[in-house]
Amino acid sequence: MTENNRNHDTDPGAEGPDRVIGTPTSAEEDRVVSGRTGEEADHEGAYSAAETHSRPEEVQRKGERTASMWFTLAFLGGVGFLVSYFLFPPDAEGDPAIANPLVGQWANMLMGGTLTLSLFGIGAGMTVWARRVMPHYEVANDYDELPSAPEEKSSFSDFFMRGADESGFTKRPLMRRTLLLAMAPLGLAPIVLLRDTGPLPRDTLKHTLWEPGMHMVVEGGVQEDEDGWIHADDLRAGGMISALPYVAPDPEHPHGLSLNDQAKTVILLIRMDESEFSDEMTREQRNWTHDGIVAYSKICTHVGCPAALYESGSHRILCPCHQSTFDAANGAKVVFGPAHRPLPMLPITVDEEGYLVADGDFSEPVGPTFWDAQRGN
Amino acid sequence: MSRTTQAPKALRGAGNYIDDRFHLAKTGKKQLGKVFPNHWSFMLGEIALYSFIILLVTGVFLTLWFKPSMAEIVYHGSYERLHGVTMSEAYASTLYINFDVRGGMLIRQIHHWAALIFVAAMLVHMLRVFFTGAFRKPREINWLIGVALFALAMIEGLFGYSLPDDLPSGMGVRILQGVMMALPIVGPYVSMFLFGGEFPGEDIIPRLYMLHILLIPGILLALIGAHVLILWHQKHTQYPGKGRTEKQVVGTPMLPAFAVKAGGFFFFVFAVTAGLSAFVQVNPIHLFGPFTPTSITSGLQPDWYMGFMEGSLRIFPNWFDLNIAGYAIPTAVLVPGLVIPGLVFGAMALWPFVEQWISGDRRHHNVADRPRNAPVRTGMGVAGITFYGLLWLAGSNDILSETFSISLYATTWFFRITVIVGPFIGFMIAKRVCLGLQRRDREQLEHGYESGTIQQLPSGEFIEVHKESSDETVRVLESKEPVSRIEVQALDENGVESPSSRGMTGRLRQRLAEWYTRDNVSFEGVRPHTGHHLHHGAHEEGEHEEAREEATTSSTS
Repeated sequence: MTENNRNHDTDPGAEGPDRVIGTPTSAEEDRVVSGRTGEEADHEGAYSAAETHSRPEEVQRKGERTASMWFTLAFLGGVGFLVSYFLFPPDAEGDPAIANPLVGQWANMLMGGTLTLSLFGIGAGMTVWARRVMPHYEVANDYDELPSAPEEKSSFSDFFMRGADESGFTKRPLMRRTLLLAMAPLGLAPIVLLRDTGPLPRDTLKHTLWEPGMHMVVEGGVQEDEDGWIHADDLRAGGMISALPYVAPDPEHPHGLSLNDQAKTVILLIRMDESEFSDEMTREQRNWTHDGIVAYSKICTHVGCPAALYESGSHRILCPCHQSTFDAANGAKVVFGPAHRPLPMLPITVDEEGYLVADGDFSEPVGPTFWDAQRGN
Repeated sequence: MSRTTQAPKALRGAGNYIDDRFHLAKTGKKQLGKVFPNHWSFMLGEIALYSFIILLVTGVFLTLWFKPSMAEIVYHGSYERLHGVTMSEAYASTLYINFDVRGGMLIRQIHHWAALIFVAAMLVHMLRVFFTGAFRKPREINWLIGVALFALAMIEGLFGYSLPDDLPSGMGVRILQGVMMALPIVGPYVSMFLFGGEFPGEDIIPRLYMLHILLIPGILLALIGAHVLILWHQKHTQYPGKGRTEKQVVGTPMLPAFAVKAGGFFFFVFAVTAGLSAFVQVNPIHLFGPFTPTSITSGLQPDWYMGFMEGSLRIFPNWFDLNIAGYAIPTAVLVPGLVIPGLVFGAMALWPFVEQWISGDRRHHNVADRPRNAPVRTGMGVAGITFYGLLWLAGSNDILSETFSISLYATTWFFRITVIVGPFIGFMIAKRVCLGLQRRDREQLEHGYESGTIQQLPSGEFIEVHKESSDETVRVLESKEPVSRIEVQALDENGVESPSSRGMTGRLRQRLAEWYTRDNVSFEGVRPHTGHHLHHGAHEEGEHEEAREEATTSSTS
């Protein structure tokens, strides 16, 4: 096959438009004899001879070999890809071998590697084909003259206006206006239809599940029953617990709280010595604490990431997303970063057995600050 | 090659069949002969196009298994480390693609890498078009389509990133929701409507899925189609050089060379994407765990193209947050979330028209500018890059602070200051560099290039011989036109204020025109190789030299 092609290449090279001097083909002599005009006449390329710079036959032949080598490699890569796909068959239980992450990683590298080889081979082969076998073209095209000729323009505009006048659209304002009027409600329809995509906010954003007497459990903890209740003694000074309200599992939420409720009720319980509280804390805020334990909403008032980092030395709560920093010893006032509103505070107390319970809902709406977040209702 | 004089029968048959119905022979010949100028920078847009194709193909594959559902399930699939964990079906089905579908992990990674490359290629392509002035008339509309494509691609990427419902992806959605909530008056409504209730609800992933696989890709496809058709119709710009004029484009024709080259390049782009996906892990959602609104990890980073938004959210201070009669206007969210992207994209979209207004240049341009020959534009571009780049870096300020052991707040302050000062410095440096390069160009045009040959004159003085630049170089250097500007005189010959310079806008325009052109190095009257330096080395050959120069100039001009 290859042999065949090569023969093809050599003999008609004579007719080729090859003007590069020093090519060892028989074409050379012919060309010297034929001269310029003859060459132009002989030229069989798609573009004029002056714009086509053919490669010497030897370069072409070498190019063909290189390109074929790449294509062969690509073929092998492609076969390798198929083979590696079937190398990881499912086991008796129907799980494919890649269910093991380590094997999966090898499968990924093997399949990806062979695929890469195959794609790269085709790309490289085609590039060699274009750069070694094909002539080098320097073809010139004219840019289109962009503005139309004035006659064309005026003839078009004339035609258009005659047509428009004839339609009566300009001359019959009543019809035109009623048509536009008819369009208006239809234009509104798609927007109106979106109304049922969600409920109105009303005051849902301002209330959470927390109510007086609700117990707390550790967020992400395993114990979802009453054994998981957080006791005031579970927290030492300097400690921090991320907590959720305890709700008995119901059929609708077999796993406890829905994500919506989690997103609103999650709190940070932080304990410090009462003497460490800032003097700026109001009496009301102090009333919301219990024996040095404060509870703040964990959801940052900036754009809603969980402000999960706490440094007990400086009493700072830090949101890792945008680094809003709140002072836990001072009603979670913002001390740095883009947040503006303090983290809402949850009033807490203990039940008769010493378990921590809520003493009401948050002092303010939780989560990202919105338009009327601070308007009481 | 025994030339095939006639098309093979099958091909002829197909051709005739089509032509009988569409009359395409003439158009076909013209279009297949379309010329593509050769320059590496013209391949940037191609990378974006090819990445988009890869995204479409791999995306279809992923939809075969992905379940866009937020229904809660307890996982008992193949990935043992997450057994018993409560998660959404979306996350579980993504785990299924990773660990149960052979090649699933690979295709997911290709999809993700291709998305990163898609947006990156668009950005670099856009910078190329900007700096070479390829957006100028008649190509403004295509520039606008490009800006729209870039913005849409960012949103498309964000939504795709949000679908697997892993921890960082959910956090991205949370931030999106937080920004929405900050909108005055409508914020809570927009959020409730989009999420079908409160965050996170159960609707957002199905909705983002629809947007991600249907609506936005549809728009992208249509816009890309328009972009390419317009380019095809108007033809490419080209860089200055021999034979390349405003009227004529020089390059490789579609058939056969460009088609094969471009085809090969597609495979290269795909190979690089596949290679990265094979060996460089991206977005390993199985390591992050499912999304819960209560957990977070530090050092979270969005995909690169969202970095500038993340950075602006981080560094914008809360000093300007307003509270009007108890109603909050959180500017620290609104400005980074809306104003800054508005500024970035708005500035890009408006620049061609601003430049046209300042310069009064309404000509067609097919030969691209060399960036140095438009120093103010280049300066503005660099200022833009500086602004964007610093915001982008600010999006990693926690990583920077950790890596280099700098105080976190210090990095915030660093970016707060540099994001304002940096663009000005960038502008000035870039502009000065451009002007310096212009001077060097003029010198080279006048005197030729420094040959490195040292000669000693009879007087004992050493000089370096300058040699004549090649014809091609002369063409390139000569391509510099005087920067065009509106010719507004404050007063016309009768001492009356000219209408165009009257009023606020007139004066502003004049100021801007002055600013746009003031320092430009004039090439007026410069003729190639007429400078005295050429004579240095060869005093005795002076006359000879002169004659030769005359010949060169007359032939080039």
